[in-house]
Amino acid sequence: MEAFTSLAGGLAVAIQPMNLLFALIGVLLGTAVGVLPGIGPALTVALLLPITFKLDPAGSIIMFAGIYYGGMYGGSTTAILINTPGESASMATALEGNLMAKAGRGGPALATSAIGSFVAGTIATLGLTLLAPYLVEIAVSFGPEDYFALMCVAFVTVSATFGDSPVRGLTSLFIGLLLGLVGIDILSGQSRLSFGVPELYDNIEVTTLAVGLFAVGEALYVASRRHIHEEKLEPVRGSLWMTKEDWKRSWKPWLRGTLYGFPIGALPAGGAEIPTFLSYATEKRLTKHPEDFGKGAIEGVAGPEAANNASAAGTLVPLLTLGLPTSATAAMMLAGFQQYGLNPGPLLFAEQPALVWGLIASLFIANAMLLVLNLPLVGLWVKLLAIPQPWLYAGILVFATMGTIAANPSPVELIMLTVFGVLGFLMRRFDFPIAPVVVGLILGPIAESQLRRALSISLGDPMVLLQSPISATLLAIALIALILPFFLKGMGRFKAVED
Amino acid sequence: MTTTPKRRIDVAGLVIALLLIGLAGLVWWDMTKLQILSPYDLGPKVMPIVVSIGLTLLAIGNGIGALRGDLPPRDSLDWKPIILILGGLACLIVLVAIGGGFMIGTAILFATTSAAFGRRAFLTDLLIGAVIAVFIYLLFGKLLTLSLPAGPLERLF
Repeated sequence: MEAFTSLAGGLAVAIQPMNLLFALIGVLLGTAVGVLPGIGPALTVALLLPITFKLDPAGSIIMFAGIYYGGMYGGSTTAILINTPGESASMATALEGNLMAKAGRGGPALATSAIGSFVAGTIATLGLTLLAPYLVEIAVSFGPEDYFALMCVAFVTVSATFGDSPVRGLTSLFIGLLLGLVGIDILSGQSRLSFGVPELYDNIEVTTLAVGLFAVGEALYVASRRHIHEEKLEPVRGSLWMTKEDWKRSWKPWLRGTLYGFPIGALPAGGAEIPTFLSYATEKRLTKHPEDFGKGAIEGVAGPEAANNASAAGTLVPLLTLGLPTSATAAMMLAGFQQYGLNPGPLLFAEQPALVWGLIASLFIANAMLLVLNLPLVGLWVKLLAIPQPWLYAGILVFATMGTIAANPSPVELIMLTVFGVLGFLMRRFDFPIAPVVVGLILGPIAESQLRRALSISLGDPMVLLQSPISATLLAIALIALILPFFLKGMGRFKAVED
Repeated sequence: MTTTPKRRIDVAGLVIALLLIGLAGLVWWDMTKLQILSPYDLGPKVMPIVVSIGLTLLAIGNGIGALRGDLPPRDSLDWKPIILILGGLACLIVLVAIGGGFMIGTAILFATTSAAFGRRAFLTDLLIGAVIAVFIYLLFGKLLTLSLPAGPLERLF
């Protein structure tokens, strides 16, 4: 098996003492930041990105992988104990998990989510290992027009197909595309939407946007409605360990969750929300203890949490093999690669196999470290949740502003951060999804340059987009994915009127 | 379309639609100043045109939603914390811009944010913020050798 030889090579990179240390720092930081309420994995990666600026690429990307997986583990702890999921993918976990914590079964809930995450993460990373070489082989034959069409699919599925409202999702996407226009156009050397501001010539930093939208926006939003809703921490009472019964009720949901999470995450289908809710619904239907659902059923934690982690590993498949981020977190990972001038895709597998396979191998290691860290040390992480809310958000903002000026020491960068913060606040208030903005900013310029490359090869003939069978198929999928939600929404409304 | 009598025109939604129209216009105006240099390249104008048209269509979509009152329900809003946080950020920006370094600004931001979340110990928080700023300066500036804007306080280290 070619994949396993490559993986073995990667393992040799990953177990170098320095890289093990980076992975350990990554999972520790990722869990610590991810556990803080209101901070999801995307913001965790964004906040910690500046710390890795000066490290060597291999080490820092391995650290990233740790941060990414650590943020996922940390997020589920918060979802279970405070019922404020940092992101929509933890919502399903929070449903039953928080009820378990209220019923004094917080320990087993945390345990099943940690072990489930480990099982799902390991299987899904194995899936990534096996699938990646095949996809790379296919991706090598992709022309620029095929990449452009693929990005159209990602744009539509991330923004329109699976959200509450296609109009609001597309609005978010186009704001992201607009922000992606800012700066000097590489092919013609002309500046767009820069208005003579030097900081705008070098494009908008993805980290500034993400930290503004997620950290500042969230702080403004939570502060503005503090008078309505206060968060309450459920203490972890009783035993941390799962009983034999708990194990028996958990292992099948773990595997089923993985089966939902990995394929859906690997398709450019818009993140972990769908598999987690699918898994929740499945477990609710299949359970032998239907009376527990609504009171804290362990299956309702085990399944969605496994689905969540499996889909996190799944999103790495299009990210690494095609350079295609399909969630806000994946977009941040791509930004992490780009800060070293690395572009994920088939070329990276060919040119830097040690780096890519080292990363994949370190995902296994990070996952194992997280299991060990989370089970005995969960009490320590829970203490982080006891930080008083005013200090917590004050600290988040301080760290957010520092990261921003450390990356680019200029007041203009801070003004942009503030503006994006206000944008994030307004988007939360008016219920616009945030991930499409980040994906639009990072993918917009890539899509544009692929389109222009395709058309300059074809000497300006736009039919090239339809002549390539891959591109034509993908564009058709994008079109269907764009039109379908409008059609289905219309059906839904029709039904409601009939009732 | 029959609508329930509860639905009213949503003014905030209309403002959003107008803002989107404004953005579309800005992108279009900026695009007109670009030049097409190479005959074989699609040129830098196409993407702005797509974005501008897209934003216009979405402005119409959002506007229709606002007229129908289709927006999701919103909770009441407390403006005071928002002003406190934005004020703290503004102080930091001004201090960095005039060369006052980031430590004082960071301490102020920490204190105003914590006040926005209901703490009433401004001076204590200012002190805590200052300690965190020193810690971050040492971590970022010395350990990770990133350059942070320096003012009178930073030069002491």
